[in-house]
Amino acid sequence: MSIAETIIPPQAPPPAPPRRYTLSRFIGSVTLGVWLALAVGIFLTVVNGWDPEKFSRYGPSFVSGLGVTLMLVISSIVMGAVLSLPVAMGRMSNNKIWSWLSYAYVYFFRGTPLITQLFLVYYGLGSFRPQLEAMGLWWFFRDAWNCALFTFTLNTAAYQAEILRGAIQSVPRGQHEGAAALGLSQRVAFFKIILPQAMIVALRPYGNEIVLMIKGSAIVAIVTVFDLMGETRRAFSRTFDYQMYVWAAILYLLMVELLRNVWALLEARLTRHLKR
Amino acid sequence: MSGLFAALFSVFAWIGSIIDPLCGPVGVFRWFGSGTLLACGDSGWGDEIAYGFLVTASLAIATLPVGLVVGFFIALAKQSNEKQLRLAANIYTTIFRGLPELLTLFIVYYGLQILVQQFLATIGYEGPVEINAFVAGMIALGLVFSAYCSEVLLSAFKAIPHGQYEAGDALGFHRGKTMRLIILPQLVRIALPGLGNLWMALLKDTALVSVVGLPDVLRQTGVAARVTKHAFEFFGIACILFLILAMISSVVFSALERWTKRAEMTR
Repeated sequence: MSIAETIIPPQAPPPAPPRRYTLSRFIGSVTLGVWLALAVGIFLTVVNGWDPEKFSRYGPSFVSGLGVTLMLVISSIVMGAVLSLPVAMGRMSNNKIWSWLSYAYVYFFRGTPLITQLFLVYYGLGSFRPQLEAMGLWWFFRDAWNCALFTFTLNTAAYQAEILRGAIQSVPRGQHEGAAALGLSQRVAFFKIILPQAMIVALRPYGNEIVLMIKGSAIVAIVTVFDLMGETRRAFSRTFDYQMYVWAAILYLLMVELLRNVWALLEARLTRHLKR
Repeated sequence: MSGLFAALFSVFAWIGSIIDPLCGPVGVFRWFGSGTLLACGDSGWGDEIAYGFLVTASLAIATLPVGLVVGFFIALAKQSNEKQLRLAANIYTTIFRGLPELLTLFIVYYGLQILVQQFLATIGYEGPVEINAFVAGMIALGLVFSAYCSEVLLSAFKAIPHGQYEAGDALGFHRGKTMRLIILPQLVRIALPGLGNLWMALLKDTALVSVVGLPDVLRQTGVAARVTKHAFEFFGIACILFLILAMISSVVFSALERWTKRAEMTR
């Protein structure tokens, strides 16, 4: 019988087998190289084609276009949020007429392209000029900016109503019953118990909706509103410089990514009690 | 050979004219629109709008398979073990989900034009180059669709338990065979609602391609509106046609969903 008298000295683990050079790594390197080449190419064209005169002429108009885009998105989101309340209530109500009307409203605005709705309002209402003048509304619909704001508000109200309805209906029934068991009135129960839970569910879809509106707002350029896209198109049509579109793309990407990251932080903060 | 193609094409055109829902023998405009602005033929705008309807539908249908295949491979790349591949795929989705569809379209349309022009200039051809709006629209919408599609498919991939892959290994299947026989059928079932939403978005985005001159529903109704000064009616018709497309797709998708879940329903 033999006894081990010495402890085996600690040893380094065996070397990891060499990673095989797979096809997917090759493809990954190639595509990453393509992205890098694209980025360098864009950077070089911007540096080589840098024209201080062009920048001083079109830089301010880009900034003002950015302002128009942000203004349009923010005001239509806020007004759409207000308008979405009765629509969402209509979708959940037992009143046949109200619920059918709000269903038709939501179906129309979600089922047709935003650009078609914009044309319907901007060009279509223009053919009712005498009637609108008689009603004293012509000053509003004469302006492309107002038409865009009107259409976007109606459109986002339909989407937001669906988000709100989905979120409120996702709160389990037991929460209603719990509130009733505590003797809370319907109003208090809704605002203190149902709505806070619904809003957490709705947070992410609301963020997506704002991103969609930022991207969708580019189409107002077609009806002569000079937002970021409109200024880009104007600058491009004057200079035929492809860089203008690159600048617009960078600005839009910055806006969307900034919003997405802020929204992710917000969500992490607001749902910290749900983390385990 | 070319005669055969011509014959086939004319047969397809004939079948298309028979089943044309707007201006065919049993078309809506033919029956209810005669004598109005929507009459078919030279007196009205019915046949132009019917052609636009066809263009819109075929653009969306032509983009769908391209976007699905590209999106599938990007979803695969996103869950790869290789860091570079994941990074490259994430850059792709970040860019094409963040850009407005209209801007993507312009970048593709004008960028492609400049690229082709430069390429032809190196060969020695100097002349005006026109890019086909349909192709540019297909590429731009395909880029956007595939970026969103990869996200939907990725979350569907994550919903499939790892044991399913191991089952494929245990049966001695090749990786491709596991994918085809075990993973894909479940993937389709899980991803179908999300893909349905993306299809609706694609259908609506096709309206943007009218801006670069594709004669789709919106462009044709826009021309009609400008000529006849009946803008509200014609854009209203465009809206109704898009609504009809949306309704048809929701019927088709609910049927598809029932079909993919048929095994669960019999249980």
